[in-house]
Amino acid sequence: MTDWPILSLVTFLPLVGVFFLLVIRGDDEAALRNVRHVALWTTVVTFAVSLVLWAKFDTTNPGFQFVEQAEWLGGAIKYRMGVDGISTPFIILTAFLMPFCILASWTSIKLRVREYMIAFLVLETLMIGVFSALDLVLFYLFFEGGLIPMFLIIGIWGGTRRIYASFKFFLYTLLGSLLMLVAILAMYGVAGTTDIQALLAYKFPAEMQTWLWLGFFASFAVKMPMWPVHTWLPDAHVEAPTAGSVILAGILLKMGGYGFLRFSLPMFPLASEYFAPFVWTLSVVAIVYTSLVALMQEDIKKLIAYSSIAHMGFVTMGLFAMNAQGVQGAVFQMVSHGLVSGALFLCVGVVYDRMHTREIAAFGGLVNKMPWYAAALMVFTMANVGLPGTSGFVGEFLTLVGAFRANTWVALFATTGVILSAAYALWLYRRVVFGTIRPGLEAIPDLSGKEIALLVPLAVLTVIYGLWPAPILDMSAASVDNLIQSAQAAVDSAGKAAMATTP
Amino acid sequence: MDASALPLFSPALPEIVLAAGALALVLIGAVAGERATALINALALAVIALAMALVLIAPVDGPATFGGSFKLDAFARFMKVLAYIGAFAALALSFDYMKRERFARFEYAILVVLSTLGMSLMISASDLIALYLGLELQSLALYVIAAIHRDDVRSTEAGLKYFVLGALSSGMLLYGASMVYGATGAIGFADIAVALKDGHSSMALIFGLVFLLSGFAFKISAVPFHMWTPDVYEGAPTPITAFFASATKVAGVAMFVRVVSEAFPSAAIEWRQVVVFVSIASMALGSFAAIGQTNIKRLMAYSSIGHMGYALVGLAAGTSEGVSGVLIYVAIYVAMTLGAFACILSMRIGDAYVESIDDLSGLSRTNPAMAFVLAMILFSLAGIPPLAGFFAKFYVFYAAVNAGLAPLAVIGLVLSVIGAFYYLRIVKIIYFDEPKVAFAPMTAVATAVLTVAGGFTMLFFVYPAPLTAAAATAAQSLF
Repeated sequence: MTDWPILSLVTFLPLVGVFFLLVIRGDDEAALRNVRHVALWTTVVTFAVSLVLWAKFDTTNPGFQFVEQAEWLGGAIKYRMGVDGISTPFIILTAFLMPFCILASWTSIKLRVREYMIAFLVLETLMIGVFSALDLVLFYLFFEGGLIPMFLIIGIWGGTRRIYASFKFFLYTLLGSLLMLVAILAMYGVAGTTDIQALLAYKFPAEMQTWLWLGFFASFAVKMPMWPVHTWLPDAHVEAPTAGSVILAGILLKMGGYGFLRFSLPMFPLASEYFAPFVWTLSVVAIVYTSLVALMQEDIKKLIAYSSIAHMGFVTMGLFAMNAQGVQGAVFQMVSHGLVSGALFLCVGVVYDRMHTREIAAFGGLVNKMPWYAAALMVFTMANVGLPGTSGFVGEFLTLVGAFRANTWVALFATTGVILSAAYALWLYRRVVFGTIRPGLEAIPDLSGKEIALLVPLAVLTVIYGLWPAPILDMSAASVDNLIQSAQAAVDSAGKAAMATTP
Repeated sequence: MDASALPLFSPALPEIVLAAGALALVLIGAVAGERATALINALALAVIALAMALVLIAPVDGPATFGGSFKLDAFARFMKVLAYIGAFAALALSFDYMKRERFARFEYAILVVLSTLGMSLMISASDLIALYLGLELQSLALYVIAAIHRDDVRSTEAGLKYFVLGALSSGMLLYGASMVYGATGAIGFADIAVALKDGHSSMALIFGLVFLLSGFAFKISAVPFHMWTPDVYEGAPTPITAFFASATKVAGVAMFVRVVSEAFPSAAIEWRQVVVFVSIASMALGSFAAIGQTNIKRLMAYSSIGHMGYALVGLAAGTSEGVSGVLIYVAIYVAMTLGAFACILSMRIGDAYVESIDDLSGLSRTNPAMAFVLAMILFSLAGIPPLAGFFAKFYVFYAAVNAGLAPLAVIGLVLSVIGAFYYLRIVKIIYFDEPKVAFAPMTAVATAVLTVAGGFTMLFFVYPAPLTAAAATAAQSLF
């Protein structure tokens, strides 16, 4: 407990930056420089505050910390904020990735810089809000509010097919979210509260759980995205500007996984148990199918987008294994994927800014001209494959162990996905980095100082978390154990009740 | 004459002010002629503002008066304030437009005041005859207003269409009222409810109820009685369309809600299925038909049809929280509509007003502030949080789910995704397309209306409690 509302501070701090951006007058070069610096410093300060949050966080406490509460809509719907070991890593990840996004857009965004930075800062507030909201309605507000800035980011600063991609992104996600809204309304009606803490303790009737689970699933499955509702993601990724892709892959996709973890598993344990095989099936299909699709891509961004879907397949598989390894592995995989896929999109941005193409065929032999770039890309490619010693390995390994304990066949099929991911990732690396130099690439410069500053921290963290994953695992351990125990208890007691009623 | 034989006038003070004000303005106009137009316009605004102030300071839940046919309860106060706000803003937006289009006439402001008086009576009426009187006063003034630009073919056509169809619907409403009277022997809403409770259900009553509902549906332009809306919205001068879309909708919804919840609570099963059907049909038509529109006023017409469908979702729930949802919905709808029309009235190239959606191309470059607020209003109309339009939908759908109408909520929300498509299309034109000709600068009035309405739409989520609390109190007074 603390008197200082640190969660609200870290959530709304970016809006202070928005205010300053609005105050800056003029469109000349000096004003634009100010705009960029204000945006950067806002995100850096936000990250610093999130580190304070991390420092003060008590990893032994499985419950919610830094809880804040205030009157809001009237009635039972209040402004409630709070974090536990599951949400804190995501808040820090969000705050950590934002300065990279601003830096990645430093020179590549030339049009409407002020609006661009405002959109990103608003998006940051909404994303952090998603992870720290302790009220369903407040959560929904943040969750869906993020559609507006992302729609504008893709639509204004995107590539050639940006309008199609932005509409697809918006409408797909909206449809899923609205079904979740119906479930939220039903929960409010039955339980009489939207307090997430109270709802976690509330036992919904088994049949109702099924419907509610499906409502939430519709939203999170689209957001994740799971096969077969993943088709918006490759389009959105390809058209979005680099920083938009980083945020999309790094944070927005994690909202789906976080939602499963925060709502579906603990609030509807019986339905989660019932639907687990269904989710496993979809996950395995996603892992194998999208990996195969990734093999055939000719656009680098699209390939990474499909690989993201496959990695999210590991996450959903681990979550619904519903044991400590699976769930912790899923949390770790999400954090690691946030770093790795973000870095990969930054790497694509590096060559795109130079050549203005993302065609794999247009590249080749980059190692001769860009040795530093080749080295950085190597680290992230290996992490994407899940090489031991990188953060990608820890998450994939834990989710596979979890899945193995729950169902051997699922683990078996998912493991083939690891092999496939090695195939497409290494093949991509070979085609882009090795071979003879393509015509037109002779004069391509290596990483600039700014780009090195962007990629090195990510590479270092990827390796550190690969060798020493304890910080993230320790942070989430207590909360995850608590979640699994209460879910298991609910399933067991329902099982006993069923036994008792059967003669 | 004995003073105690006189009815209590104090609850009707706002209406008395409106009526006396309108008559005084007619006198000024008759004496001074067109020269006094500016003065009359200003005074008309003052009269409406004074009426609003009187409503706000009136005691909560004053007694019924005029033999029980008029009351100023919390519900009436809420709806009257909304209707006055709509009338005030629409009137204020008109002056500049009329001057530029060269049909500035002093009668216009007076007709708006008279129409507002009619709405006020409709909102407070608690028997069928008072209701009909208010409705006709409002409608007659509106028929003239719709056709006030008499040199313009579209305006004349709109006025004629509105008149013919409006008279038909008023006739249906009156016919339904007479059947209800025949079946129950009562005209007061409370007396009808008592008679129904005693088991006076008959075929005539059901017919009467259906006719009444048809009349209401026409007035709020709900499907299947919506056909007049796109033509009238497109044809009428734009500020008058804003008046139609805001104030008259408030009065129509107030009449609809009050009659079904005060007079027919025990016939809920009968009217509920009608309301559910009308609601779904309106939401669907509003979503699908708007997609192909190229004229922004026509698009707003379909949008308003859809929004009335969403508001009726709350009424279909038939509970106090449902009605409270309807009230919140209407309040937020009025703000969004006025904001949108302030923008439409600013679509002016040189001295000519344009109405095509494509004219908004690249507005984000030529006028970033207006583009941003308009985009936010459009997102709000689509129901995206954290904007006000989301809360509007939230409350009506919550009431519906809580009343066991989850399928209705699912249908409504899925249709709102389709609706979101055409709002997004406008945002796309504003933000993603290349700019064309820049619009002339906004007038001070349009800026003021847009600032207030846009500010309310965007910042409602910061401090929503006053509106939700007022709506809950207002809804409570009907149950």
